[in-house]
Amino acid sequence: MVVARTPTTHDPFNAVAEPKRRQILEAMGAQELSVNEIVDLLGWNQPSVSKHLGVLKQVGLVKERRAGRQRLYRVNAARLKSIYDWVTPFEKYWSESFDRLDEVLDKMKKEN
Amino acid sequence: MSSKNKTTVTAEPGKQDLSITREFDAPRELVFKAHTDPNLYVQWLGPHGYEMTLDTFEPVSGGKYRYVHKDKDGNEFGFHGVFHTMTEELMIQTFEFEGLPEAGHVTLDTIRLEKLPGDRTRVTVQSVFQSVSDRDGMLQAGMESGLSEGYERLDEILAKM
Repeated sequence: MVVARTPTTHDPFNAVAEPKRRQILEAMGAQELSVNEIVDLLGWNQPSVSKHLGVLKQVGLVKERRAGRQRLYRVNAARLKSIYDWVTPFEKYWSESFDRLDEVLDKMKKEN
Repeated sequence: MSSKNKTTVTAEPGKQDLSITREFDAPRELVFKAHTDPNLYVQWLGPHGYEMTLDTFEPVSGGKYRYVHKDKDGNEFGFHGVFHTMTEELMIQTFEFEGLPEAGHVTLDTIRLEKLPGDRTRVTVQSVFQSVSDRDGMLQAGMESGLSEGYERLDEILAKM
């Protein structure tokens, strides 16, 4: 439970905490793109795109595929989904509590 | 007649807090009463399928609380803290789960009750953890228990086959 945070290059949570990396993921969407195509989409310089893409690849949020001389990248949707899933139990705790609170409040209103 | 009010949880990556928002079709004084009347409080707080008992409950500024959630197998989960501020618009309290291997992982919870038109109320809960890893650890622990619930249901289904 009390584990020190791993470096950004190992941790998808830290990796998506960086706004530029979120922008890359958003820009890519469901497409498979080369570095140059991502550069064109975002208008950033190529070394910057390559650096952030490298981090996303290392934590498994982006997959790389070789096609001839080119390397193509796409979002690893399953890995990204795990980040969203991580908040679900907490949401479940509160939505179940609050659904019961609705019932309690309904009873109270009738008694008033 | 159940309402369609939705619970929204916000947890941004890299931050050490979480917030939850929900609206209720009831006036604020009733929502506040449901937070401070011990007979009402035990009827709604906690995950589905747990029985809640209050050991100590002093819902005033400076008071303290301890409660236990018991599952159907008799496993008990204790929680305690103090009420720092207890007013109809603002409730601030500490919260600690007693089941952790190490004591001291306390959150600071701020609950705001906001009056809305038409005798409705918006409730916002903000939990601030001591670190990002505390917050993520708690979320991960929750996920593990969620998984085991899934396996229990699978066991039930398999038992009937």
